Amino acid sequence: MVKLIAKSAAEGLLPVEVAGVRVEEIVAPLASLSPFQGQDAALGKALKKAHGVVLPKAGQITQAGEVSCHWFGLNHVMLMGAAPDASLAKVAAVTDQSDAWCRVRMTGEAARDVLARLTPIDLRDAALPVGATARTDIQHMSGALTRVGEDVWEVMVFRSVARTLVHDLTTSLETVAGIAEMRSA
Amino acid sequence: MKISCPICGDRDIREFTCMGHASMLNRPDPHAGAKVWNEYLHNRENPAGVIDELWWHGQGCGAWLVVTRNTVTHEILGARLARDVKKEMRDAG
Ligand SMILES: [Zn+2]
Repeated sequence: MVKLIAKSAAEGLLPVEVAGVRVEEIVAPLASLSPFQGQDAALGKALKKAHGVVLPKAGQITQAGEVSCHWFGLNHVMLMGAAPDASLAKVAAVTDQSDAWCRVRMTGEAARDVLARLTPIDLRDAALPVGATARTDIQHMSGALTRVGEDVWEVMVFRSVARTLVHDLTTSLETVAGIAEMRSA
Repeated sequence: MKISCPICGDRDIREFTCMGHASMLNRPDPHAGAKVWNEYLHNRENPAGVIDELWWHGQGCGAWLVVTRNTVTHEILGARLARDVKKEMRDAG
């Protein structure tokens, strides 16, 4: 039998570091949860019991140790960092998405400027504070953008466009670094 | 141009796709007959002014919205979740 080698979505592409901004891949279990009709509260209960996380409100993320839960759309959240407990499937549609997405973390003071060149949404503190997440357009790709720290951002796109994401982030990183260099010259 | 999604807030027009007149929510009975179905599928008012349309927030939360806009001024007058609008229609009979 052919032995297949598991590769992460951005294998061989990351990490990248330009002018103090670092982009690295996050590889962790990922499962989408969509509560059945009228089962939002039940899913919240089951999530808390099994994984210790609260069901996030629209545009929010919640966290408990290694496990986090990101709001991911209308009646849709994503459990990250743990395989979903079987109890969740009683109240929600549960789908393993671990290999379906490319998830990267970008850290650095200029990270916001880098993202601002790629997405139409407002990235200022008032609109996207730490702990906020948004489904949006990332250079024509459907993705998710999350502010996990003051200068720490997470970006998710479909695995099939991982290379494009890394290319776009790198190009934007270089542009932002170039502008900073010109200004300081 | 921006549409205010009830879930995501103000978002750029590029995140949305127009999915036709809001009358598409009034789907006739499968056995309503050719005349009714022809009316539903093909005939629309085309006002110079305020219109209700279905828009899909596909590059965002994925919700279907009923967006009220003015075709003359391009002003967006409001947006509601299509599921809420449909529920009201059902409740009203
Ligand atoms: Zn939305």
